[in-house]
Amino acid sequence: MFDPLEPQGTNQVQFQFEDRQLSAPQGATVASALLGAGITAFRDTPVSGAARGPFCLMGACYDCLVSINGVTVQACMTPVQDGLQVKRVGSRQVDSEGAV
Amino acid sequence: MTDTFDIAILGAGPAGMAAAARATQLGASVVVLDEQPNPGGQIYRNVDQASDVQHRILGPDYSHGRVLTQGLRDSGALHRAGATVWDVTRDGVVTYSQNGKPEQISARHLILATGATERPMPLPGWTLPGVMTAGAAQILLKSGGLVARDPVLIGCGPLLYLLAAQMIAAGRKPRALIETQSRSDMWAARGDLAGALRGWRYLVKGAGLMAKIMAAGVPRYTGARDIALEGQGALTSVRFTVRGKSHEIATDTALLHHGVVPNTQISRALRLDHVYDQTQRCFLPTVDALCTSSEPAVSIAGDGAGIGGAKVAAISGQIAALGAACQLGLLTPHALQSAVAPLQRQRAHELHARPFLDRSYPPAAQSLSPADATIICRCEEVAAGDIRRFAKLGCKGPNQAKAFGRAGMGPCQGRFCGLTVTELLAQETGQSQDETGALRIRAPLKPVTLGELAAYDASSQDT
Repeated sequence: MFDPLEPQGTNQVQFQFEDRQLSAPQGATVASALLGAGITAFRDTPVSGAARGPFCLMGACYDCLVSINGVTVQACMTPVQDGLQVKRVGSRQVDSEGAV
Repeated sequence: MTDTFDIAILGAGPAGMAAAARATQLGASVVVLDEQPNPGGQIYRNVDQASDVQHRILGPDYSHGRVLTQGLRDSGALHRAGATVWDVTRDGVVTYSQNGKPEQISARHLILATGATERPMPLPGWTLPGVMTAGAAQILLKSGGLVARDPVLIGCGPLLYLLAAQMIAAGRKPRALIETQSRSDMWAARGDLAGALRGWRYLVKGAGLMAKIMAAGVPRYTGARDIALEGQGALTSVRFTVRGKSHEIATDTALLHHGVVPNTQISRALRLDHVYDQTQRCFLPTVDALCTSSEPAVSIAGDGAGIGGAKVAAISGQIAALGAACQLGLLTPHALQSAVAPLQRQRAHELHARPFLDRSYPPAAQSLSPADATIICRCEEVAAGDIRRFAKLGCKGPNQAKAFGRAGMGPCQGRFCGLTVTELLAQETGQSQDETGALRIRAPLKPVTLGELAAYDASSQDT
């Protein structure tokens, strides 16, 4: 988990991750905004369905992928904005038989 | 119409910023393309926007970056921020996306200043949420305004100590340091100590970091082996052994680091020559004393040409700019010689401590030759045992391994598995790393949407 280094200023933006309403400092990336809110798992992998979250935070690993306006983007390379709707990617609905 | 420049610099870290400042002084028209919204690279990330608290925690070496960002602003070079480069050709055409729109520039000379990435550190469970690189934690300190709560730091090398000291300065000491280097590594490095003493400032800085870690009472486990990151869906604990004794630490955050390696995506895409360096345990593009690559119109400055750190990067950025200016006819060979000689001496001085550090903190053996079940390609979830199996079936190189089992085929394009695949195949086949080779990198260097491609109006381009 991660904590703020300093008291949060008044310059906050409001955004959504799935159905959760969250706030983050202006200028943060979507990745640091989610980590600051205690969220470390951003998506499930297409291969095994395993949960993943940010790893490198510098645009190299592609593990922090999220969906914004229907486009899959790197959360660590995307600035958070007021009203942004962020969705998990790759979440699979698995039925009782184990089929996707 | 494509804008044309004398020099295009790819990357706005210390090497790129210093190159831009020097090249414009010499009369070159310069464009600097960088993926981040602000100049600084990863080492000086957010340096102009960071708060006083952040500067105090990160220390004077970080704050020094403001000298370079100021130099870039004063230079008159065109800095295109938020520019994701996805194609580069040997004749100097660079295609990139900015705000979701494709753009293209061309340049008579290219300076690649793309820096370093974390050396991949495959360990059991390293894909679990909560496991990140030490570099990621530093990025959160610099630009996210966040500090990790009770993390364990795993691996080795100066950056791990620097992060621990910065966390202590932030009043949030790490839970523990789990270090992979052993006393025998220090013993093996003794031959390089005399050279390192000439670069004594680095050793003094290292000793200062260590003193802070000891004074804060952070537990250190050195010579750690059999490290495993455990949890269901997220990290909950780290297990390891030290001299046969098992340990387990409960934590939801682990930060990995065992050195950084050159980011060679663009130099590979350009098919420049690379050789494997046994000391740094990675591939380095071949460059001469003026930072010129195997293609005369392409120079490589900074960590992208071999790990030397931020000061070396800024010096080599200037050297690359001088070399490029001479090729462009902006500087006589004689003027070039007198300008580069002091910089080359300075660079050699800054590099004195490097061999000692490389040998004292070698990459973790457990990650250079991971156990069969350990995932090595994070994107496609390919395990070390799969690569060994491919080798037994006759697979000799990483491009073939890609066809056998998709390693390197995911969105990261081999950035976090390429080196491991080469190491594993070399171990299995008995060939050298150079004979084994590296993944062939092709454009697009970063994923591009169809929409971006469709928006690319080729008819308006003058190429």
